[in-house]
Amino acid sequence: MGIYLPIAEISVNVLVLLAMGAAVGFLSGMFGVGGGFLITPLLIFYNIPPAIAVATGANQVIASSFSGALSHLKRGTLDFKLGSVLLAGGIVGSTFGIWVFSLLRSIGQLDLFISLLYVALLGTVGGLMLYESVNAIRSARSGVAPTLKKSGQHNWIHRLPLKMRFRASKLFVSVIPVIGIGVAIGFLSSIMGVGGGFIMVPALIYLLRVPTNVVVGTSLFQIIFTSAYTTFVHASTNQTVDVVLAFLLMIGGVAGAQYGARAGQRLRGEQLRALLALLVLAVAIRLAVDLFATPNDIYSLASLGEG
Amino acid sequence: MRALAANFLLVLALGVATPAIAQTPHQESVQIGLSPDRITITAGFSGADLTIFGSLEDADPQVVRQGRYDVVVVLEGPARPVVVRRKERVLGIWINLESETFENVPISYSVASTRPLQDITQPESYKRLSLGTNNIYMQPAEPGQNPHTIAEFTRALRERKAATGLYSENPGGVQFLSPSLFRATVRLAPDVPVGTHKARAFLFKNGQFLNESSAQLEIRKSGFEQTVFRLARDHGPFYGFLSIMLAMVTGWMGRIVFRKD
Repeated sequence: MGIYLPIAEISVNVLVLLAMGAAVGFLSGMFGVGGGFLITPLLIFYNIPPAIAVATGANQVIASSFSGALSHLKRGTLDFKLGSVLLAGGIVGSTFGIWVFSLLRSIGQLDLFISLLYVALLGTVGGLMLYESVNAIRSARSGVAPTLKKSGQHNWIHRLPLKMRFRASKLFVSVIPVIGIGVAIGFLSSIMGVGGGFIMVPALIYLLRVPTNVVVGTSLFQIIFTSAYTTFVHASTNQTVDVVLAFLLMIGGVAGAQYGARAGQRLRGEQLRALLALLVLAVAIRLAVDLFATPNDIYSLASLGEG
Repeated sequence: MRALAANFLLVLALGVATPAIAQTPHQESVQIGLSPDRITITAGFSGADLTIFGSLEDADPQVVRQGRYDVVVVLEGPARPVVVRRKERVLGIWINLESETFENVPISYSVASTRPLQDITQPESYKRLSLGTNNIYMQPAEPGQNPHTIAEFTRALRERKAATGLYSENPGGVQFLSPSLFRATVRLAPDVPVGTHKARAFLFKNGQFLNESSAQLEIRKSGFEQTVFRLARDHGPFYGFLSIMLAMVTGWMGRIVFRKD
């Protein structure tokens, strides 16, 4: 079943797009990641021009994270206060990120920089999470209580001033690291064209010690806004958002997200983290292979003067 | 620079046309017509074959009987500047290093001919006419560079276009239905560009180019696709806002329809 996309100007298979959306939506609901880091490479692999893939991916992410956030809201696993503070930092970060983005593009090699950033970030984050969560699973098996949320055990972050209480997260920390994380996520998401959930989730878990189940909902809440911002900027400056493509992905995505959120509830925190770590590592390896492998064709074409 | 190039093309065209007319006592000519002259791409479009009808006028019956008239039909899409980039290995990583920009490269180019192109006439004639996927004239944006580099990037550009189906040749795609009527079938790729396409028919007799005729074909998106395209292009911020709203509503509806808790 084919459909012609008005902005991408290409004919695609509806069922493939629905399935793609559903798979990414499932993972999104389960892990609290927007799925931008999955959907964009998938679309490019499916011959959608990269600029359109990035912008449309952001649009699709709004739907699945909004849907996922609603279901977390119902369960009370969404910390509005924490999300808002993160968001405030995020806006500062993405404004700075957009500036760096255009600077990089003017000196060329933006694509390469993005790929390297992806590999380095995903590799590090995925590796650390996998190491930690496997240890946690092991100690849980041998009967020792998980060490992640031991009360009374504080790191340097918890000694910073300007403390604030986040009730839903059972947290009493300084706002400095919270805003800092927000700025970093906003910066990265505008450069890499993703919501930033795959960095946000581990950062909240490991740096701030937010309970895993609250992290997912709060991360989704923040992603709604960052990806809406990205969509808006791309639509108004580059005209690269294909709403038909995005809509097809969304339909699959929102259905998948609901099932994903329920599947996520059945898993324990450390299992969830281990699975997310594997997923993140898999994407990192895939991108690294692309960087080092001999391409099928060393030549590539790009049109100029097209919106 | 542009004026210079235009002059050059004009001289080229005259140089081709003059001997052709002088050498032929007969005034055979080729005509093509497109009906409708407008094609609409709808939601289900996934590439198509386009049929173009044409006629041979004042043909010599003797030559017709011997099958020594040949027709080549070309459908050429709108032209755009294109950058060709070449990757090279640096510290094990493949990086885009060299690039070459070409002006006015047709986005699509489909050829149909009565016989394989190499059987119709000499390669030099095709070069003069800029006819065939291997002879489209690609003008580098910065002339005066190493000709080897330009040749290499030009070849790469053609290969990439052929690989995606945007440049195609269909030998045997032109068939004579009667001594004077022919039908040409050219392929439209699934991602054929919208805009004004130019259909041209070239007539050859005994391997000699006689003349050509052309017609215009408008390829456009159908109602809904066209509306979306216009909205995105002319009202970007509003379109972005609509996209965001659509995403939120879809997310909310999805929550109601598929809720699992």
